[in-house]
Amino acid sequence: MTASSSSTSISGFLGRSVTSLRPRPRVNPRRRRELAAAYLFLGPGFLLFALIILYPIVRAFQISLYRWSIVPGTASTFLGLHNYGRALHDPLFWRGLENAGFYMAVTVPAQIVLGMAVAVLLNAHMPARAFFRAIYYLPVVTSWVVVSLLFRYLFITDGGFINGELHLNIDWLGQRWTAMLVLSILGIWKGIGWSMVIFLGALQSVPRELHEAAAVDGAKALRRFRAVSLPAIRPVIAFVTILLVIGGFNVFISVYLITQGGPLDETQVLLTYMYREAFSYLDFGYGSALAFVLTLIVFVLALVQLRLFRRPSEAV
Amino acid sequence: MVVGNPGRARAILVGRLALLSLGAVVLMIPFIYMVATSFKPNTLVLEIPPQIIPHHPTIANYTSAWTSNRFGRYFLNSLFVAIATTAAALLLSSMMAYAFARFRFPGRRVLFGLLLIGLMVPGMMVLIPQFLLAKQLLLLNSLWGLIVFYTGGNLALNTFLLRSFFQDIPFELEEAMVVDGAGPWTRFWRLILPLSRPALAIVAIFTFLASWDEFTWALTTINDPGKYTLPIAIALFEGQHSTSWGLVFAASTIAVVPAIAIFVVFQRQFISGLASGALKA
Repeated sequence: MTASSSSTSISGFLGRSVTSLRPRPRVNPRRRRELAAAYLFLGPGFLLFALIILYPIVRAFQISLYRWSIVPGTASTFLGLHNYGRALHDPLFWRGLENAGFYMAVTVPAQIVLGMAVAVLLNAHMPARAFFRAIYYLPVVTSWVVVSLLFRYLFITDGGFINGELHLNIDWLGQRWTAMLVLSILGIWKGIGWSMVIFLGALQSVPRELHEAAAVDGAKALRRFRAVSLPAIRPVIAFVTILLVIGGFNVFISVYLITQGGPLDETQVLLTYMYREAFSYLDFGYGSALAFVLTLIVFVLALVQLRLFRRPSEAV
Repeated sequence: MVVGNPGRARAILVGRLALLSLGAVVLMIPFIYMVATSFKPNTLVLEIPPQIIPHHPTIANYTSAWTSNRFGRYFLNSLFVAIATTAAALLLSSMMAYAFARFRFPGRRVLFGLLLIGLMVPGMMVLIPQFLLAKQLLLLNSLWGLIVFYTGGNLALNTFLLRSFFQDIPFELEEAMVVDGAGPWTRFWRLILPLSRPALAIVAIFTFLASWDEFTWALTTINDPGKYTLPIAIALFEGQHSTSWGLVFAASTIAVVPAIAIFVVFQRQFISGLASGALKA
């Protein structure tokens, strides 16, 4: 915004904030051409975005108010908020919430602690640093489908790798909590690299002088980490936590492919339950209500976390 | 280390490397086991005790996956969808980002706010209405349907990232072109896009991998086996032949190798893209 006064006529239509404070000039041909250009640049993409994302958001709510008829030509029945009331009295909805909550409660802290540990270890001058970073990141770039099938295979009861190597005979996927544990281990294994890379980037941007000053004052490494690094990267930790919580509540593919919500719906999470209601039982109204509730929960959780992270001092 | 004597620093470094190596081995075991299994004859995939190194390695699973089980076809389907999505999403989102970054027009703030909403809403929330929409548009069971919906789904994030990059390009460069009589389209193609290659690379890589790995939408909308992409082909194949783990993992390895190759080649772009918050968990 420095040299703006010298070239206002040009920068005006280029959109500098300085010009927005002035009364809007009369629309001249040049300005009109620029306006047309703006909408032409925006138009194709935004129309597609509106069609594929915005319209379905509105529609999701609308569908959730109906007993939705999938047969063309037959009318859907308006139910008001009935589908939402049904969810509140549906034990499977609560179990799905509980399981998703368990998955989140296990995977989020583990990914943060382990990701931070690896980031701290990597945050030094050392050989093979890029190599290690790549290795830890590899599970992140691997498709959920492949790693889900892989973990199902590793945890097979008879002849599976885990039981075989550890000399166990646990029916991992046949019981609710061991199956949830397998799903969580997969989530952690796949997610460490992501939080690690983000934490590492944040740690590297902590000013060296702060560390040196603390070291001169005689602070040991652990103390320096707690007193200097952690406060400095607090916003990044908040960012990672919020995204991990959202991701945790949205767990779907691994559950769908590893347990299918079984045995007997014991490991159903919100999204696998929603998916089955919608695409196996074709109950689109109820499925949409479940999806909408999930979105609300995710939004509320994100807002709560934003508040919690905002003021570190007040929490004490 | 900030301070300390050389001997101590050395010991700390060795400790670091040891811990990191241990973690790396634990993390890599599933992959190693997967690749090993893909080279085992099918009778030996669930040996007791489990063997990491196959005794009788064979590439039969790969030839069988690629030919008789049509994974070559699925590979090409995935490649076509991912490339077309990347091209379309890159063009549309860079155009939108340019409009948001450089023009002042009525509705700009509202439209950008709507874009942010699209960024925050989880994809699964809109799955049902998207399915109904695809049905209306006759885009069910079609690779073009995948491309259209993947493109639409990637626009918000891409536009958001590119906009902030475009904003950092100095105005003076564009003003010089305006003085020379260049219109917006010329400035976009000749100046903004060439200067934004690093950002475009990041966006392209993430878009490509997102469509390459996408599962749920393809599972929901594609029924015709000739139109399977790799993720659903692998998952459905496993569902039908739950004992052919060697084949499943040969196909999985085929699907994973391009993603890993892209990551290894573009590691630097990946890391910087992540640092700017580009990839969701």
